[in-house]
Amino acid sequence: MNGRYGSLEAILGRLNMAVEGAGRPLTFMEVCGTHTMAIFRSGLHSLLPAGLRLISGPGCPVCVTSQGDIDALVALADIPHAIVCTYGDMIRVPGSNGSLERARANGADLRVIYSSMDAVKIASENPSRPVVFAAIGFETTAPATAAAIDAAKARSLANFHAYISHKTILPAMHALLSGDASRLDGFLLPGHVSVIIGSEAYRPVVERYRIPCVISGFEDIHMIAALMRLAELASARKVDLENVYPQAVKPLGNPAALALLEKVFRVGDASWRGLGPLPGSALVLNQAYEAFDARRKYALPDTEVPEPAGCRCGEVILGKTTPAECGLFGTVCTPTNPVGPCMVSSEGTCQAWFKYQGTRIPEPSKASA
Amino acid sequence: MKAESFDQVALAHGGGGQLTDRLLEQVVWPRLSNPLLDELLDSGIIQSIPGRPALTLDSFVVKPLFFPGGDLGRLAVCGTVNDLAVSGARPQGLALGMILEEGLPRGVLEKILDSVSEASREAGVPVITGDTKVVGRGQADGIFLTTAGIGIIPEGRVLHPKKIAPGDVLLISGTLADHGLAVMLARQMPELKSALRSDAAPLNGLIERLLAAVPGVVFLRDPTRAGLAGVASDLAKTTGHLFVLDEKRIPVLPETRHAAEMLGLDPLEVANEGKVFVVVRPEDAQKALEALRGHPYGEKSEIIGRVEKGPARCEILTAIGGRRILQKPYGEQLPRIC
Repeated sequence: MNGRYGSLEAILGRLNMAVEGAGRPLTFMEVCGTHTMAIFRSGLHSLLPAGLRLISGPGCPVCVTSQGDIDALVALADIPHAIVCTYGDMIRVPGSNGSLERARANGADLRVIYSSMDAVKIASENPSRPVVFAAIGFETTAPATAAAIDAAKARSLANFHAYISHKTILPAMHALLSGDASRLDGFLLPGHVSVIIGSEAYRPVVERYRIPCVISGFEDIHMIAALMRLAELASARKVDLENVYPQAVKPLGNPAALALLEKVFRVGDASWRGLGPLPGSALVLNQAYEAFDARRKYALPDTEVPEPAGCRCGEVILGKTTPAECGLFGTVCTPTNPVGPCMVSSEGTCQAWFKYQGTRIPEPSKASA
Repeated sequence: MKAESFDQVALAHGGGGQLTDRLLEQVVWPRLSNPLLDELLDSGIIQSIPGRPALTLDSFVVKPLFFPGGDLGRLAVCGTVNDLAVSGARPQGLALGMILEEGLPRGVLEKILDSVSEASREAGVPVITGDTKVVGRGQADGIFLTTAGIGIIPEGRVLHPKKIAPGDVLLISGTLADHGLAVMLARQMPELKSALRSDAAPLNGLIERLLAAVPGVVFLRDPTRAGLAGVASDLAKTTGHLFVLDEKRIPVLPETRHAAEMLGLDPLEVANEGKVFVVVRPEDAQKALEALRGHPYGEKSEIIGRVEKGPARCEILTAIGGRRILQKPYGEQLPRIC
């Protein structure tokens, strides 16, 4: 495994040296759930020097979806003859009145899809039935939603609507940093979101909060190289924005995808689990596409629904609590019987802990040899 | 008088009357013919063979019915033959139960039975009895198959997880996750062209070869649903030992890895239908590897780990030298959002 920064051993060596040279414990946040899972899968925690701590951030789309959104989707699934199309992660998240999975067991027609265009296809094949697409995710999936809605408009599909719960990552980073940001020494930034929005999108965060940020892909060696660069920056007390994934992430992102987002969406407000309401953190349909908004079509109320008692997903998402510190983790709340979304999502911090470290193991055992 | 032909299955084909005879005579029997079945008795009667009889049963529902590398018929034969073979039994005969949905095209049924016939011939295990029922439209999804199999475990052959001890070596007979991902791609992205093919295959030949070379094999299991992760973590729990797998030595084809990444799945958690997980004593490991590699279905066999004293769980040494727990997956494989 060799990359731009040399062999794995060389990179780990530099990482160790930088952490040692920092003279203080370093804490980095991986913003994105895909990184959380990839890091756990690779066993990377067991290779990190003692002075370096990684905490998981708010970039797991299922985890930050509010209880109100889950309840709305379950309500949509109960509409007579409706077909609800969703990405797989969503179906097991428990709402106040059960999950989509339970709605399916009770007879709802729920389709797990892999592409937003599948929902459009299902709508055109079932013209007499209402079809709702659960559009969840960050900038990674938003362009696909935009493309689907644009296609539905072009085909005048009157039975297709999208329940939009798209969020953008930068307002969440602002919210994190304007709170208690002193805990963080750097951000590991997600490759796939950055492919869309471009590396320069993070520049204002870096400059305003004086925090090092490094963009990384999801290969083991990319992630370790990014952590190495973060540690070297933090150790030298330098603030910079770096991109160790330049083959995919360009400074200005993907102009075609951004143009599509611009065409279909405008900026709106969203309620985040853990962070609460964040102005300007949502993508909502702009006027020309409002006819495809499931919220409008089915007059769904925008209500705040309390999160399950005892569930600390909100704090886990902010990196304030580790899963093991939650009283429900591993006992009441497990992947087979999840209480909160961080245990449901395959990108959720709680599931990653449970799956790859087991219960009640506060830190991974160090790798032997 | 020549019997009338038909082009799709009707409810009456399951009624036990003349139409049932027509279905059996025109479609089923010609494809599955063998001396035991051809007697048309109410049971398939096998000859007495010394050893302990083993009985197994499995039901098969797959969507789509046809996928690269196999179909429902091939799966139904291989699944049951393999369940017998990993128990150490030599399969003697299969019973085939078919539940057909009204309206099923005759061509689909014929194609599936052709595959049953081909796989049964390849395995050398005849279908010796069977049953056919037809249910109304909407009460089944095209066709469901159930196969039961009877086999004989030769005297002195004991494969049991209780025998697994620290020090034992773990092998896999080839690349992982090919079946599950081939089916998932065919289901979710039928327009996608991929080199990926299901590994569905009868393993009784491979396993007999292994057991002849290494009579002291400790335990065998086929990592079907829940994949290698399911088998290894289950065995860790049953035996109370630590199972350590080496990720770098676990064979996964590049196209399989690519498909798994695209769908957000872990190849270690995905089903196989033509692979066997082998536990042997350390002194037998090399001989077992050679025996497996000497068979067409075992060419890509690898030694992938060992059993150690320790907590009852499965751990994996990752490609970068890290270490993490490998757990049994929870249930339905759900592709993630991004």
